[in-house]
Amino acid sequence: MSHLDPHGTRVVLAHGGGGQLTESLIQDAVLPRLANPLLDPLDDSALLPTDGPVAFTTDSYVVQPLEFPGGDIGRLAVCGTVNDLAVCGARPGWLSLGLIIEEGLELDILRRILSSVASTAEEAGVHVVTGDTKVVARGQADGLYINTAGVGALRPGITLRADRCRPGDAILINGSIADHGMAVMLQREGGSQIESDLESDVAPLGDLVEALLEAVPETRFLRDATRGGLAGVAADLAAHSGYRVELDQESIPVRPATEYAADMLGFDPLTVANEGKVVAVVPGDDAERAVAVLRDHERGREAAVIGRIADERDGLCELLTYVGGRRVVQKPYGEDLPRIC
Amino acid sequence: MTPREQMARLTAELAETAQRAGRRLSYMEVCGTHTVSGFRSGIHALMPETVRLVSGPGCPVCVTAQRYIDALIDLGRRDGVTLTTYGDMLRVTGEGGSLELARSEGADVRVVTSSMEAIEIARAEPEREVVFAAVGFETTAPATAAAVLAAEQDDLPNFTVLAAHKLVLPAMQTLLADPNLAIDGFLCPGHVSVVIGAEAYRPVVDEHAMPCVIAGFEPLQMMEGILHLTRQTVAGEARLENLYPTVVGDEPQPHAAALIERVFEPGDSAWRALGVMTESGLDLRPAYARFDALARFGLVLGEDVDPPGCRCGEVITGQCEPIDCRLFGRACTPVVPIGPCMVSSEGTCQAWFKYRRHEMRAGAGA
Repeated sequence: MSHLDPHGTRVVLAHGGGGQLTESLIQDAVLPRLANPLLDPLDDSALLPTDGPVAFTTDSYVVQPLEFPGGDIGRLAVCGTVNDLAVCGARPGWLSLGLIIEEGLELDILRRILSSVASTAEEAGVHVVTGDTKVVARGQADGLYINTAGVGALRPGITLRADRCRPGDAILINGSIADHGMAVMLQREGGSQIESDLESDVAPLGDLVEALLEAVPETRFLRDATRGGLAGVAADLAAHSGYRVELDQESIPVRPATEYAADMLGFDPLTVANEGKVVAVVPGDDAERAVAVLRDHERGREAAVIGRIADERDGLCELLTYVGGRRVVQKPYGEDLPRIC
Repeated sequence: MTPREQMARLTAELAETAQRAGRRLSYMEVCGTHTVSGFRSGIHALMPETVRLVSGPGCPVCVTAQRYIDALIDLGRRDGVTLTTYGDMLRVTGEGGSLELARSEGADVRVVTSSMEAIEIARAEPEREVVFAAVGFETTAPATAAAVLAAEQDDLPNFTVLAAHKLVLPAMQTLLADPNLAIDGFLCPGHVSVVIGAEAYRPVVDEHAMPCVIAGFEPLQMMEGILHLTRQTVAGEARLENLYPTVVGDEPQPHAAALIERVFEPGDSAWRALGVMTESGLDLRPAYARFDALARFGLVLGEDVDPPGCRCGEVITGQCEPIDCRLFGRACTPVVPIGPCMVSSEGTCQAWFKYRRHEMRAGAGA
């Protein structure tokens, strides 16, 4: 690969110049991993064979460190966008991939991350169909930033909105909370004294959501609980449904190691980011079936009913704590954990 | 028994015991960690009407007088200075704005999770003057002392601390001297007590006949502490009880105490609302004067100009609840905080706003 990197083993500014070096970077590092019929022509736009309404979303990823236990920025950039499509009731289909690389990034790291993009895209059943690469001078970015946008065809007959929620509806989650945020935080605090085997939960949820929507088409609302954590989703759900949302602390899955880490560092697991967790609201009568369907899926083994929509019309989220106390749950104000995704 | 059942048993016994007092009882926690744990676990909602837990001066950011905050912001804005601070100080506002604002304008303000991180920065960037904002009680003072000793050992010329450490006991004694204080006992902090030892509260108990119970931070431990306080009140006793003996000894923790003793000496210190109290803070000993940021930069602490209308001072002395402040939840929210009690994650106002807002709505307009 010496022609790709005449200056050594790192990305140089010219890799983003749009000239021959850019082309060789794409030919050598990108295409072998991401090739597919829609990407291969390398035209200015990808032509998508859609039929009917689509969902369209975008997200940027600035996580530090680039590689963390359980994932990396590449996997994150695919999953985050795929999950945003899935929870809108769309079937994730196509992604764009924008790379903003800081001069000096090791090419081996870039290759590993692109391999991770490729394997995660395959796992999620999506194709990267268009992209862009820019290189900025040292100090003007931090290693690598990624932007992905995604398009997915909407499933007919599915409407997912907070204002469809009604008293008596059940609130579910597909597994333990706060694993991503705490894993990244501990990795970042490399020098810190806390040793742990925590892993990020970063995963594509398209299949899981599909299974749920097929089994329970009356599902009212879905949201992936990323930044702001479960607290952010629950507080939004309360505000936008207009009803009180009640969460039951005892039934919210939290791994002991995650809880311990959060406690040590002073974080409330409810507000810590996830990258493979979806909050679902289903009619109360469907709750059992919905949990069974989620638990059937490898990303939902620890799925549980964690709360309900209550009668009060005050738009507040309340937590019944494990000792029986009650308190309000709010969206966190700022970035408790900056650069977590 | 599940935690919920244990709690139900404790609160039932608390209600029964408190009833015998024939009046409403108030206990004060003097530790930010207790404040947060209490609000987060929702124990206020579980307490009988007859017992109330109020917050005292236990939040490090909240008790830091405005003059230190102004000095920090002044330092943070200086060329060549890297100000290192625990995250909670970032948004406290002073006369010159906040450190967060200063940072957005180009000041080099970095959040650290330990004092040793500040030392690392000073070692790695010898061209920067690295100042560590040393706030907190006896719990964080040993870490600051360790950093100063590390700087001495390395002969680091570019590391200083703005020493604003506070001591818990003088604050409790000042509160007790105030005739307006209407509390029946102290729920004493776990971590601080580890450092200073349980016997440190002896004068509070003996001289002021004020019950003191040292309790852990789990909600069940806190409730048990409140129950023990209530039993004392009802029995007309004032004793020192240590419910956290596995962690808190009678005497100071030798290593931590030795670190403090070596680097610091007690000095008069300015507190928010409580004013300047004799020997209530920690000054660097003369042998370590070269690590004093005030001296290095020729700064003199000014007067305290507290935000107008802000009642943080009364909140941290248990004289009013956040909800009694006109600014609370209206002009002053966690997003746009005015007083330090709304800024700090251990601040009573922020905890109230975050966790008990439903009560505020019910009381809105009051």
